Amino acid sequence: MADNLTAERADKTVVTAPADDFADDALADDVLVEEVSIDGMCGVY
Amino acid sequence: MLTEQFEHGLAAPICLTWELTYACNLSCVHCLSSSGRRDPRELTTAECQAVIDELQRMQVFYVNIGGGEPTVRPDFWALVDYATGHDVGVKFSTNGVKITPGIARRLAGQDYVDVQISLDGATPEVNDAVRGRGSYEVALRAMRNLADAGVAGFKISVVMTRHNIGQLEEFKAIADRFGAQLRITRLRPAGRGAGVWDELHPTAGQQRELYDWLVAHGTDVLTGDSFFHLSGYGSALPGLGMCGAGRVVCLIDPVGDVYACPFAIHPSFLAGNVRDPGGFAGVWQHSGLFRELRHPQAGGACESCSAFGSCRGGCMAAKFFTGLPLDGPDPECVKGHGGRALASDAAAAPAPRPSPDHSHRTAPHRAGEHRPVPLTLSRRPPVPLTLSRRAPVTACNADPLAGFVLEP
Amino acid sequence: MACAASTEPAGRFDLDAPWRLDAQVRVRPEAFGALLYHFGTRQLSFLKSPALVEVVRSLAAQPSARAACTAAGVPAGDLMRYARALQTLAASQMICKRDAA
Repeated sequence: MADNLTAERADKTVVTAPADDFADDALADDVLVEEVSIDGMCGVY
Repeated sequence: MLTEQFEHGLAAPICLTWELTYACNLSCVHCLSSSGRRDPRELTTAECQAVIDELQRMQVFYVNIGGGEPTVRPDFWALVDYATGHDVGVKFSTNGVKITPGIARRLAGQDYVDVQISLDGATPEVNDAVRGRGSYEVALRAMRNLADAGVAGFKISVVMTRHNIGQLEEFKAIADRFGAQLRITRLRPAGRGAGVWDELHPTAGQQRELYDWLVAHGTDVLTGDSFFHLSGYGSALPGLGMCGAGRVVCLIDPVGDVYACPFAIHPSFLAGNVRDPGGFAGVWQHSGLFRELRHPQAGGACESCSAFGSCRGGCMAAKFFTGLPLDGPDPECVKGHGGRALASDAAAAPAPRPSPDHSHRTAPHRAGEHRPVPLTLSRRPPVPLTLSRRAPVTACNADPLAGFVLEP
Repeated sequence: MACAASTEPAGRFDLDAPWRLDAQVRVRPEAFGALLYHFGTRQLSFLKSPALVEVVRSLAAQPSARAACTAAGVPAGDLMRYARALQTLAASQMICKRDAA
């Protein structure tokens, strides 16, 4: 995991995602399609 | 992770909010847009149509229209038709003042228009303390009209506060009674909400109660991803689970200003204006603010917390308006980190003031005071408001009911 | 015409049947692929592969999903992965089988 956090600026670090290479489909089942409820996005209405 | 997609910027927002007017017949104590008085610089009908044309070109799926009270604009229904006639769906939010039986029948025949009624108490006592005397009756009447006209699945939207968390089951019952969908959302310290947040936001115990209730109701109850900051309690709630400001959501305000989020109406989150040469598309695609927000965000102080993967540091607007740093805990952090940060910052600089303020001058909101707004709504059916005079409608007319035409 | 809820056993996508997008689905191209929005179900889907977008767009014009994948340049070794993706879309009524012509 993230042992390579690099400070690009004093107040910013890049959070690396877990190694989840999309080209590697052995474990990633529906990696090509991700569903989100339209209501599941921050908004007022 | 979807965040990687957002880094390059989506072709268009997914959850676009468009506040059509700052005018409103109510003065809800927690109004996130500090609405009441019309802003004389409001976008004209032609300018609104031009925005809709842009949304069509950008292939925006639908737009969430609100305000203020959007239906007090004389061109509201024409704009809704213009949008749906140009491939843009409309979901609009209203306090119900203009949802007459005739309007309800009209809505029943429109496929790409959804309506949401605001309600903040399951009883008049609780609701009207926040929204004004008579507002409960107006909302319930609108719901009856919608149900009677066969408008299936309209939404009832509730802002959760210390005083209505105990009414969750009653809200569900009201929704069930009208065949409506219940939606509950988080109170943010935005707009007039900043002044009442301390006294109205749920207690820690109530937050837990709310989380458990949401988990029990699954996708039966909508949340607009309002409560992703509670995911630190356990399994994540359904939804994107992160702040979407400038990435999947943004706001167009009544004078065309584009903000990163409807809860962040403040110069710090102003990305541009639809009247700029590049229009809305130009702002969405090229704004420096949005480019900044789309860059992977530093978790800062939160990164070492076990809950960070679920809560992602919570709501940017909630942090901003309580004076907390954006790379730190949410003020309502379930681990208590936010509460401790607020307590330790008590002597620090005051929190940013929300702006601009379009509140009614006759019922000035004072921070720290929570009392019902002394509004009297006439009960003469079918429209609850009686105009005793009609002022000339000019651009300078700040009367929210300017040009308001009573329809049968 | 709207897609009925899929009655296919979960995980078994019929690649050799003819398919189509539901009439209420809108497809918006994005840098990573596309966004699909179903106006009936209010479901939003992220398609995270341009090839998958091409497959979905061409379903109605191809005799089978398999043919659509081939035409879109999907390598044989990737076919199962694309079938799983199509199954997800079928389960949420974004796509459905065409009636026999």
